[in-house]
Amino acid sequence: MSRVAIETQKTTLSASYKTSKTLGNKIGYGILYFILGVIAIIQVYPLIWLFLFSLKTNQEVFGMSPFALPQDPQWGNYAKAWTAGHIDVYFFNSVLYTVAAVVITVILASFVTFAITRMEWKLSGLVLGLFMAGYMIPLHSTLIPLFNFFKMANMIDNPMSVILSYVAFNLPITIMILTGFYKTIPREIEEAAVVDGCSIHRIFFQITLPMTVPVLSTTVIINMIYNWNEFVFVNTFLSSDKWKTITVGVNNFVGQYLTDWGAIGATLMISIIPVLIAYFILSDRIVEGIAAGSVKG
Amino acid sequence: MKSVMSNKWVISLYVLPSLLLILLLIYIPIVLTGYYGLMDWNGIGKMKFIGLENYIELAKDTKFWQSAWHSLLLGLFSALSLVGYLILSLILASKIKGANFLRKIYLIPMLLSSVAIGQLWAKIFDPTNGMLNRMLVLIGVDNPPLWLADSNIVLYALFFPIVWQYAGFYIIIFYAALKNVPEELIEAAKIDGATSIQIAYKIKVPLISGVIKVMVILAIVGSLKYFDLIFVLTGGGPNGASEVMASYMYTEAFSKYNFGYGSAIGFGLLVICIVATWVIQKLLNTKDVDY
Repeated sequence: MSRVAIETQKTTLSASYKTSKTLGNKIGYGILYFILGVIAIIQVYPLIWLFLFSLKTNQEVFGMSPFALPQDPQWGNYAKAWTAGHIDVYFFNSVLYTVAAVVITVILASFVTFAITRMEWKLSGLVLGLFMAGYMIPLHSTLIPLFNFFKMANMIDNPMSVILSYVAFNLPITIMILTGFYKTIPREIEEAAVVDGCSIHRIFFQITLPMTVPVLSTTVIINMIYNWNEFVFVNTFLSSDKWKTITVGVNNFVGQYLTDWGAIGATLMISIIPVLIAYFILSDRIVEGIAAGSVKG
Repeated sequence: MKSVMSNKWVISLYVLPSLLLILLLIYIPIVLTGYYGLMDWNGIGKMKFIGLENYIELAKDTKFWQSAWHSLLLGLFSALSLVGYLILSLILASKIKGANFLRKIYLIPMLLSSVAIGQLWAKIFDPTNGMLNRMLVLIGVDNPPLWLADSNIVLYALFFPIVWQYAGFYIIIFYAALKNVPEELIEAAKIDGATSIQIAYKIKVPLISGVIKVMVILAIVGSLKYFDLIFVLTGGGPNGASEVMASYMYTEAFSKYNFGYGSAIGFGLLVICIVATWVIQKLLNTKDVDY
């Protein structure tokens, strides 16, 4: 294309662009952004309100406008929540179970996905289907037998019951996401490695697994969100305070301090802040991860 | 090559631990739920076989059907809200400035646990001191609703936090799907003089119908399994007005120690989920659009 042609094309393009920027369009965009902005405020404002009342005294919460800023920020509410609410113990348990379950799930799911998508065997389709269908099964329909099973195995009030349940119920979605990615990896590298006499374990650990790091981080994030927020398993299988996680601990604590809104607000803020910080650091990966995970499913 | 990549020992080693886990913790329990439903059992003592008694009682239990109806209503609400999410995603995906930032903001509630969301919304709905009624009073409403304490409203009130929580999730998925629609098709339509609304309605939406279908199933079946938020916010009350299948099962089993009957409810929940998935798939069984 000659330079003149490019120039004329550019001017026609910018001309059509200019005509589209009419007054009506501007008003349209104004309304659009107004709506989008209002929705953004609706999505965030409840959390701001929570933060505000976590720093207020009861008199302020009950007596003044909900929009008012705290006059004398009660940081003591946070100290109270942290010590009286056992939040430190719950927090540590949440981290422990989340990390343990995420590591086990992602490793096991990688093994399965490798065997199903890269290796050749007759039942691979059936086994994949078995894993995938697990995604549709309502967790609550399994709860009573699981409770009974862990009781018989002497694993009630033992964190292993919760960790194993997290792994089992997160395997389907994790394998689903990994399968989509594994199918895009070219086979040539593995074939070459086989020809060179490389063992299958070395192929998996040193060649294939390292290639899946981008999608592994996606599955790690999705697993983290699920496990950190999980409620039913912990509430059912664990009974002592020393084993509970932050979701159950927060729920129990808030149930006890029904009228102390400051302490309740502070407790909820403490349980939310780590997730928000992680989100602000990793938001791109989280957003992409959720999109990738679900569109493929 | 072939012998290495189809080594049965390696396949077993890689697959069996996970397979064992899901069989032991998902599939066998599903079968056992149906079996326990045949028992009179308080969870501690001996099981007593009573045949189909629990299931017959379940079929006649108005409380169960009521809770199933509540679950279904929440599912239909959620499916309807997909329309709103889809419109928002269409706007965000039409190359407007700040779309990335906005969809990240919209997602924030999705990151919080249903427990935290439940406790937060319990405060928002508080009839005298909550944010919602304070605002309503400010704009001149004299007798704002009691929300969670009013058995006629509670189910509809629950829908606010649900829409709030999942908005970002669905918007992000629709947005991702819309971004995969080939640019040439849209350009061609523009040259033919189609307006952006026509392009959205006649090109973009049909092209992502596969994703929309999956999301409808997810919204409805997901709602049938709804538990955490309702358990925390209302406990199924007042007077069972917000009871859903999972909360009914949980109360029967773990508060009233009717493990046999609770299992029957759990089995009913499973059957309803499977039937619902099948029905929706049949209803939506239009051919996927290829591009």
